[in-house]
Amino acid sequence: MNAEPNRAPSTGIRYVAKNLRLDLRLIAGLIAPKSRVLDIGCGDGTLIAYLARERGCDARGIEIDMAAVAEAVARGLAVMHGDADIDLAHYPDQAFDFVVLSRTLQAVGRPHEVLRQMLRIGTRAVVSFPNFGHWRVRWQLLSRGRMPLTPTWDRPWYETPNIHPCTIRDFFALCDAEGYSVEAWLAADQGGLSAPWRRWRRLANLFGEQGLFMLRRDSHLTGCTTAGTVAA
Amino acid sequence: MILADTQPVVAHQAVRFEDGLLLDCGVRLRELTVAYRTYGRLNEERSNALLVCHALSGDQYVAETHPLTGKPGWWEAVVGPGRPVDTRRFFVISANVLGGCMGSTGPRSPRDDQPEAERTLLWGTDFPPVTIRDMVRAQKRLIEHLGIARLFAVLGGSMGGMQVLEWAALYPDCVFAAVPIASAAYHSAQNIAFHEVGRQAIFADPEWAGGRYWEKGKVPARGLAVARMAAHITYLSEQALTRKFGRRLLSGPSLTLFDDLFEVESYLRHQGSTFVTRFDANSYLTITRAMDFFDLAAEHDDDLARAFAGSRTRFCVISFSSDWLFPTPQSRAIARALNRAAANVSFVEVESDKGHDAFLLDEPAFHRTLSGFLSGSATAAGF
Repeated sequence: MNAEPNRAPSTGIRYVAKNLRLDLRLIAGLIAPKSRVLDIGCGDGTLIAYLARERGCDARGIEIDMAAVAEAVARGLAVMHGDADIDLAHYPDQAFDFVVLSRTLQAVGRPHEVLRQMLRIGTRAVVSFPNFGHWRVRWQLLSRGRMPLTPTWDRPWYETPNIHPCTIRDFFALCDAEGYSVEAWLAADQGGLSAPWRRWRRLANLFGEQGLFMLRRDSHLTGCTTAGTVAA
Repeated sequence: MILADTQPVVAHQAVRFEDGLLLDCGVRLRELTVAYRTYGRLNEERSNALLVCHALSGDQYVAETHPLTGKPGWWEAVVGPGRPVDTRRFFVISANVLGGCMGSTGPRSPRDDQPEAERTLLWGTDFPPVTIRDMVRAQKRLIEHLGIARLFAVLGGSMGGMQVLEWAALYPDCVFAAVPIASAAYHSAQNIAFHEVGRQAIFADPEWAGGRYWEKGKVPARGLAVARMAAHITYLSEQALTRKFGRRLLSGPSLTLFDDLFEVESYLRHQGSTFVTRFDANSYLTITRAMDFFDLAAEHDDDLARAFAGSRTRFCVISFSSDWLFPTPQSRAIARALNRAAANVSFVEVESDKGHDAFLLDEPAFHRTLSGFLSGSATAAGF
């Protein structure tokens, strides 16, 4: 993770700061111009500022860190202080074309519920997360028997905000179980560059440092909040 | 003029509407006067007008020396050249609220329900009860009079924030951006309770004379001052009081019962005594009632989101961490209702130890937020 190492640990969940300059190309590339976008855990709003400016999107954000919210609003962005685990419930169905959750899924309290809400309030969900199946993570756990510490997973277990790590294959399994169709996916290295082994899930799960998915619900019934039950 | 010996007469800039105003209570005021001030210049497209709504004890003198008190305008920290509400960029309008006592129609105005010969009588406590919505309707008349079809922004703190919300709900197409600050969509039981303490203090003053104090050229100074003192405590925070006064004594530590002993007492008494020189007791009663009545959701089938259904207004909801009169959860409730209405909303809680009054004071984080939001909105509005 690109978590800011200098930031004091807090008692609540703190979304991990992200390297948007590198993520930007990948996520922005998935988002249609002029669309309505909600970026959950938007930090200081770099992505929505880019989408609003370059793509003409109606881009808004939610962020849990108040200093980042103040910074974003002071930049003229539509960002509200809120918690992904609580505040998504207050948005109406299908209010957005894209709901983005970049490198935040592993830090929320109820990831599957957050995903459900994303696909309720938006037509498509764009989700990126650090891959816990990366070979370096596996090797450290196997060889040392200790929780891995890598450039991506860079905080000790007792102070990491990343309480729900998952692998790329885990995420595919969750999408199957909940009835989300994966419209696009790729595995990327830490620099955000897509790697050649992306076509094979098992290889991607071994060598990809992060996964990026674009999801859509199988059933397009609006107002249906229990997507899992309508899965084929 | 009956009030001449209790308060100096000031000619406030005002516009008079001969057709009056129909109030929520069903009474029609036969004539409506709205006193107002403007700052800056309206651009050719008439697109840069910004309305500042004042709080309970405020008035239209936002950014200039007050004609009665000689003190700086109440929001000079925020409104002026180079300030967050930059008067070089925006045309700022501020009106004295309906029911107020700085020139707009209120309890100190001559009754309009009497024959001409008896127009010397003032409304006093017979002034019909007004609502926040009535205040906004009166402001709308002023805006139309000034030839402005759509306001670039409406902003205000506390009761001013209530007016902002009402503006956005009542005239959504006339408000491009709305900034309710340290406010709420309804007045809480606690806040009504504090107001009632203030009102009872006024009622208990013999000089109030059933509200007809003006007949004898008197004012219920004690009662109004106590009301102001009680209210003033709610505008501060414990940290702010401690920082300003602590337990410091005015003089030696001799135990006296009735003299000012602690600095904080002296401060409150000063606040109370200066207030009565500029504020009318019956106006205080009228306006506190209007705030107490305010419940925007109740005007929309008990669903606050409905108040903003389909709104294209850009909102920026701001609260302060140490404000216990209009605490952050009340602002958060507004932001969530706006989310339910799929409105464009920013929501920030500013870290401050200054309590409710923080919105009036030098609070750089607040000013940065406000300034950024207004700049971003101005760009979106195309000027």
